[in-house]
Amino acid sequence: MNLAFSAADEAFRNEVALWLAENLEGAFDELRGRGGPGDEAEDLLELRRAWERRLFEGGWSCIGWPKAYGGRELSLTQQVIFNEEYVRAGAPGRLGHIGETLLGPTLIAFGTEAQKARFLPGIVRGETLWCQGYSEPNAGSDLANVQCRAVRDGEEWVITGQKVWTSQAPWSDWCFVLCRTDVDAPRHRGITYLLVPMRQAGVQIRPIRQMTGTSEFAEVFFDGARTAVDNVVGQENEGWKVAMGTLAFERGVSTLGQQLGFCGEFERVLDIAKQNGASKDAVIRQRLADLWIRLEIMRLNALRTLSNLDGAELTRGGMITKLYWATWHRDLGELAMDILGPEADRLAPGDYGLNESQRLFLWSRCDTIYAGTNEIQRNIIGERALGLPREPRPGQEKK
Amino acid sequence: MNFALSEEQQALQGLVRQFLAENAPLSVVRERMAMIEPHDAKLWQRLSGELGLAGMSIDEEYGGLGLGAVERTVVMEEMGRALFWGPFFSTVCWSAPLWGAAGTSAQKSEVLPGIAAGELLSSVAWLEPGRGRGPDGVQLKAVLEGDEWVLDGEKTRVLDGQIADWLIVAARVGAGLEDISLFAVRGDSVGLERERVPSVDQTRTFADMTFRHVRVPREALLGEQGGGWPLLMRSVDVAACALAAEQVGAAEACMDLSVAYAKVREQFGRPIGSFQAVKHRCADMLLQVESARSAAYYAGWAAGALGADTGRAAALAQAYCSDALFFCAAECIQLHGGIGFTWEHDAHLFFKRAQSAKTLLGSPTEHRERVALELGL
Repeated sequence: MNLAFSAADEAFRNEVALWLAENLEGAFDELRGRGGPGDEAEDLLELRRAWERRLFEGGWSCIGWPKAYGGRELSLTQQVIFNEEYVRAGAPGRLGHIGETLLGPTLIAFGTEAQKARFLPGIVRGETLWCQGYSEPNAGSDLANVQCRAVRDGEEWVITGQKVWTSQAPWSDWCFVLCRTDVDAPRHRGITYLLVPMRQAGVQIRPIRQMTGTSEFAEVFFDGARTAVDNVVGQENEGWKVAMGTLAFERGVSTLGQQLGFCGEFERVLDIAKQNGASKDAVIRQRLADLWIRLEIMRLNALRTLSNLDGAELTRGGMITKLYWATWHRDLGELAMDILGPEADRLAPGDYGLNESQRLFLWSRCDTIYAGTNEIQRNIIGERALGLPREPRPGQEKK
Repeated sequence: MNFALSEEQQALQGLVRQFLAENAPLSVVRERMAMIEPHDAKLWQRLSGELGLAGMSIDEEYGGLGLGAVERTVVMEEMGRALFWGPFFSTVCWSAPLWGAAGTSAQKSEVLPGIAAGELLSSVAWLEPGRGRGPDGVQLKAVLEGDEWVLDGEKTRVLDGQIADWLIVAARVGAGLEDISLFAVRGDSVGLERERVPSVDQTRTFADMTFRHVRVPREALLGEQGGGWPLLMRSVDVAACALAAEQVGAAEACMDLSVAYAKVREQFGRPIGSFQAVKHRCADMLLQVESARSAAYYAGWAAGALGADTGRAAALAQAYCSDALFFCAAECIQLHGGIGFTWEHDAHLFFKRAQSAKTLLGSPTEHRERVALELGL
């Protein structure tokens, strides 16, 4: 057990930090600290696209991918370090992260060589942006209930239906969509994983105004949208397998970077408590200390999970990650409000101008919902990590 | 960066787990806790002889294995899983490192080989009746008379105090807040009265002590005169890191009991573990057990690594692991329903240990306040 990074890792860390310091300058300086959760920074879209390309030019996109597909095959530790330094430098939220972390690895695992050759370079170069078409109004936690239909028409699929909670939809070039292609098959076996171009007449995007007043998520309506038959990933009607495979690619390389971001948020809440005197309150002190302890443990959990990648602990450590951080973040939001007291209610002038604490408080209510609610996370932990029996599901055999 | 246990550490873990499962299952814990004196000298000898555990942290020149704090962490996790009642924590995790850190070579030569051989037990006499954990809580007096120190006062909650051959006693040597020294006192000293005090958690034993003109030689001073408080606090932090690991092991045992029961106990025609109300509580247990383990392993590393902040790690681990064990032990009772409330079921043993453990070296609330101070609050 050695909790220090090696000299080689530290040298790599310096290289990353230096590059970021040299490149987050000039026009890109404006991007510092922007594009995080609750701040999609649409006004900076072109600059953020340029930043994605700059990352590619510097050799910092898709660093964990195989070299054959334009990656650098960097070790897990180095990927972790890159993410940490990226956050530490205040570099902007990644526009390309859905392509880099979700679609890319999925294509590498399940795609045809033609699909890889066509789609991967655009992701590596930071030119093609992707969004995810999974959730629907009636397929949230019960994702296998997707109803969005795709019907074969000659050499094309024709897609009709609705997706919801699609982030980055307005500026994405492509969407990977789970569609129902066989209504008669058992529901897990009638789903196909389709790659669909977003810029076409049959695709309509409506931003969702969330409780934050902002619109990071959107609804996507497909009304006769088309895509070529070549754009099926995996086999027709076996999209569920592909979608579940995507989940397995999450190896926790971003968890340390995320934790570092949380450290910054925590420090700012702590500073408010020191400044406004709330820190004298015994209960507030306990809550702050508790959150600090849990924040430290979040990092320790991530380090331990990364150290045990081949062992059974990966499963356990990895499975608690989402439930852990989402709950922590929500708790921080609540504490930030309690520290501010009545002042927490005061809105800045402008269009529902939330300050950082208010945004944290409101935004963190979705952390425990998206990407698997806390309840779904607990089901996964209970069933897969602890081997508890599944809930009898009357809908299981329904077609 | 590597958080994983080495092959040797994993082997140690397996050995200890097997040894305790074979020789000290909960049925034996129950037999022992019903006795007037639960200590099992024979078992302790085997633990020392066959596994080398009594001397694991003691330098090889004094007959030990010279292993570090991470290895203590590994062993303590197993001790917690088994609710081991023996003097491992008091002698090996708390006293031995303190002897090693504060003792002169003469003192170490006198005590450590005996501990390593499983022949001597040692404990730390710190707290006093009705007094707090701060330096002002140490009022037992030590006065130098000629070539002897004379100790007068009382101690309480001395872990395994009634069987310890050696006691490290915190005593006041002056009026200043931290005018405190540590003394090496034989358990059978003239003028020292020791009495085991029954406890709700019967898997640990505690003694109250009265010192009436207990005379020890000048060389019994452990560490610098007046330098006892920082030594003691450092030792408490080191011991707290080990205690956290014990809490992890016990918490996991509670989770394992609960999950196993939830798989077989049927109500409404199906296993109760298939109900989300039950399943989700088990999931919360896993989250806390794994997080507590991260904290305890970090603490185990920090207790032995150069330059690591042991105090910070101890506070973090104690605050989290105490709460985690209490949560799991309480959930274990609740999940078992009526049977969990019986004397016959083992759930109450863990629950009682959970409560006593979280007061042993400072409550979670105290540790969080310590963190708050460190955060500049």
